[in-house]
Amino acid sequence: MKPTDTKNPEYFHKVVDCQYACPAHTPVPEYIRLISAGKYTEAYMINWESNVFPGVLGRTCDRPCEPACRRGRIEEEPVAICRLKRVAADNKDDVRAFMPGVPSEMNGKRIALIGGGPASLTVARDLAPLGYEIHLYDEHAAGGGMMRSQIPSFRLPDDVLNEEVGYILDMGIHTHFNTYVSSMNEILEKGYDAVFVGTGAPRGRDLVLPGREEAGKNVHVGIEWLASVAFEHTHKIGKKVIVLGGGNTAMDCCRTSRRLGGEEVKVVVRSPFAEMKASPWEIEDAMHEDIPILENHVPKTYVIENGKLVGMTFEKVKAVYDEHGKRTLVPSGEPEVFIEADDVLVAVGQQNSFPWIEKDTGVDFDQWGMPLVDALTHQSTNQRVFFGGDAAFGPKNVITAVAHGHQAAISIDLHCSGEALTARPAPFTNLVSKKMGIHEWSYDNDVVNDQRFIVPQAEKKAALSDRKLEVELGFDIQTAIKEAHRCLNCDVQTVFEKDKCIECDACVDICPTACITFTLNGEEDDLRTRLKAPALNITQDLYVSDTLPTQRVMVKDEDVCLHCGLCAERCPTSAWDMQQYLYKVTKAG
Amino acid sequence: MTYIRPKFRHPDLPKNDLGYTTREYEGSLSTLCAGCGHDSISGSILQACFELSIPPHRIAKLSGIGCSSKTPNYFLGNSHGFNSVHGRMPSVATGANMANRDLIYMGVSGDGDTASIGMGQFVHVIRRNLNMVYIVMNNGCYGLTKGQDSATADAGSKSKAGSVNPFQPIDLAGLALELGASFVAQSFSGDKEQLVPLIKAAVSHPGFAFINVISPCVTFNNNPGSTKSYDYVREHIEATGKTDLVPEKSEILASYESGTGTEVMLHDGTFIKLEKLAANRDPFNRMDAMNALRNARNRNEILTGLLYIETETEDLHHTINSTDRPLNTLDEADLCPGSAVLAEINEDLR
Repeated sequence: MKPTDTKNPEYFHKVVDCQYACPAHTPVPEYIRLISAGKYTEAYMINWESNVFPGVLGRTCDRPCEPACRRGRIEEEPVAICRLKRVAADNKDDVRAFMPGVPSEMNGKRIALIGGGPASLTVARDLAPLGYEIHLYDEHAAGGGMMRSQIPSFRLPDDVLNEEVGYILDMGIHTHFNTYVSSMNEILEKGYDAVFVGTGAPRGRDLVLPGREEAGKNVHVGIEWLASVAFEHTHKIGKKVIVLGGGNTAMDCCRTSRRLGGEEVKVVVRSPFAEMKASPWEIEDAMHEDIPILENHVPKTYVIENGKLVGMTFEKVKAVYDEHGKRTLVPSGEPEVFIEADDVLVAVGQQNSFPWIEKDTGVDFDQWGMPLVDALTHQSTNQRVFFGGDAAFGPKNVITAVAHGHQAAISIDLHCSGEALTARPAPFTNLVSKKMGIHEWSYDNDVVNDQRFIVPQAEKKAALSDRKLEVELGFDIQTAIKEAHRCLNCDVQTVFEKDKCIECDACVDICPTACITFTLNGEEDDLRTRLKAPALNITQDLYVSDTLPTQRVMVKDEDVCLHCGLCAERCPTSAWDMQQYLYKVTKAG
Repeated sequence: MTYIRPKFRHPDLPKNDLGYTTREYEGSLSTLCAGCGHDSISGSILQACFELSIPPHRIAKLSGIGCSSKTPNYFLGNSHGFNSVHGRMPSVATGANMANRDLIYMGVSGDGDTASIGMGQFVHVIRRNLNMVYIVMNNGCYGLTKGQDSATADAGSKSKAGSVNPFQPIDLAGLALELGASFVAQSFSGDKEQLVPLIKAAVSHPGFAFINVISPCVTFNNNPGSTKSYDYVREHIEATGKTDLVPEKSEILASYESGTGTEVMLHDGTFIKLEKLAANRDPFNRMDAMNALRNARNRNEILTGLLYIETETEDLHHTINSTDRPLNTLDEADLCPGSAVLAEINEDLR
């Protein structure tokens, strides 16, 4: 193998698994260290700069970081990264003084943002401080988009959302709420220098089966129903409720039903339980609220008696997999199942929908009705129009929408300055030694053995009787600090300097997880089998040095490195050093 | 300084025949200087015992005093251990071996502990051919008392402070050969590929097995002008050949060309495989080994590898015709067989 090029900003970035997995690349270990030092405001601002909604995401994020966490590869559970983020948000001081100011002289450029969700708000956050005049359009009465309309208050209290949406709107954003944009041409005619579309995936799919028409108003489309609850148009539901679908929207629907009078709420999914799309913790929370989840039930008909919905019938199926792992659901032959219901909530997916973008706007769509958008620049076929969030590439999640917003803001800024959209700024990186003395580091390198701590919840009875009572209480400070100590500090890199190495093997002997091997070089596949412990996880890189005097090379398997610093402590010549790597995605301007 | 090793280990660590990983052979975290050659030797002992699948409780570690003699704390934490008096490890090992011949005795000593204060003990344990492994972690200086020249420091070797050693060194491997040791090897702490098989062969050898391991003192004897520094040893090393130990149950396959390798069968059916032997080397000839060692010294080179092995050897128990069962398993009935047996003995003497 060729010596590893650690000058490539992505090499050490990839070692920080959580940050690498995060669409917005938030420097996770850095803010976790700040939390354990009690610096909640600083931790919040690191988050805010990167993901804009730390308080919201600390409660509702899909947490792509946690399955990636290295801790999950050396023991059972990853660090509770998401809930630590919430600790920073809950315990921070007033952060207004740290927010970027808006210049008194504007730069004369005007930007329209269609939709007031996380993607649009991120674009506003990045461009307003640069002097852009920002106009935000949303059909609802307040900003936040799906964070407000689809995430129930018992998971995300209004004041948390209002605070973080407010930080952005306070940057002099011109808001046009209760304004449904029905024509792209009208917007384009207003002469904006750029238009950003962040309208999400606003159309929930209905499920048309026999009886659907007669069932009428007792069958609700999940996201529309959630929005109607959030904006206080709907206050109750029948005692018996069926929720169709196995995603996070279904989980929000069933838990909201429990709070609006649903006593017998059942979630019914077509697939096996193990293949449900909802996050495991959301499924857990639903089941904790006495909501059974019935698997392998395919809905057949809405059953109507005396003109009124009384339930649904289901066919029982089993999953069969072919040799490629492709699943088909085949009838199990068991009799049809009837489940009673006063109301049915359909949460079987949502779609993009752009009825308001006319054909002659220059924005082209593909055969599935999705806009043609450049994956890097977010620019559509109309150079003035940019897309982000669910509107760009289909339904994902809040943190992805934020990442899109940052990139779209860069593109819009380049577009308005007349520069090439491909001339994107390189990431900010910094690599600095944590050495304080021969055996001392300015980070907490002790690896604690604690298992993941559990976030306490509000008492069930109280939670079910109040739609707005937040269920998760968040970590208390003591527990938060203990949980923060579980972080392995993967951003503190083991940096090897070949010319200093005397090949004494001290690092090889001391490494608790057998990461380091000195051996003759070879091809990667071969080298992976010849290490002290085989490097079977090919998603993790090998760090290879140049050839040493004994003709061997140093090979470090990054997979289960604890970043404990023992290699560097036992190195007599400081050929190993522990250096903190800070990687930030550069923002617009 | 971190004194606690994290408890997490690599999930895919290889396992030996007992189902153990190297974790079961670890000791506590070393407090020796960072980069000390002794730590590498500890690592090699650990690796050899792991590869031989020895149950840790079947090993007794013994040592004297010095940096080297601290090391048994840093490997085989689940084995028996005795940190004895300075230079007196061989007597303690002899006593232990006499009482329980079933254990594997791993003696660890240093150049001061062996070549100075313990010289008398060293020569007698060789003479008696006690069944043990005797490893000298040889750094040519007294590291624990700030690096004075030891009795194995080469004449002309320069200390860290700049003074040149005027005295001739004691060549421990040469001395062991001279005194009739049945297994003599020499190696370098920085060459685990050589050292681990040598330790495995030494453990399997049914008599006194001596390994002199050059182990640089990274703090006091790793300077230019020293003949025991990492750089010097690497530049002046000369291997006699490649050693490997083949366990009893493995079938020997002719994996190397005939004429380049030699197999040595040990009493328990294991083989020591010697490959790529240097030209004109005969590991079964004591005179040849002594000459080769001497010649290498004259060329300012350090001869490493298995220098000499005597396969048909009789250890101390055999020589003194002691009981086959460990003394500690003999009960009163065995030790006092009663008046009838006494009468029989007396009859024999009439």
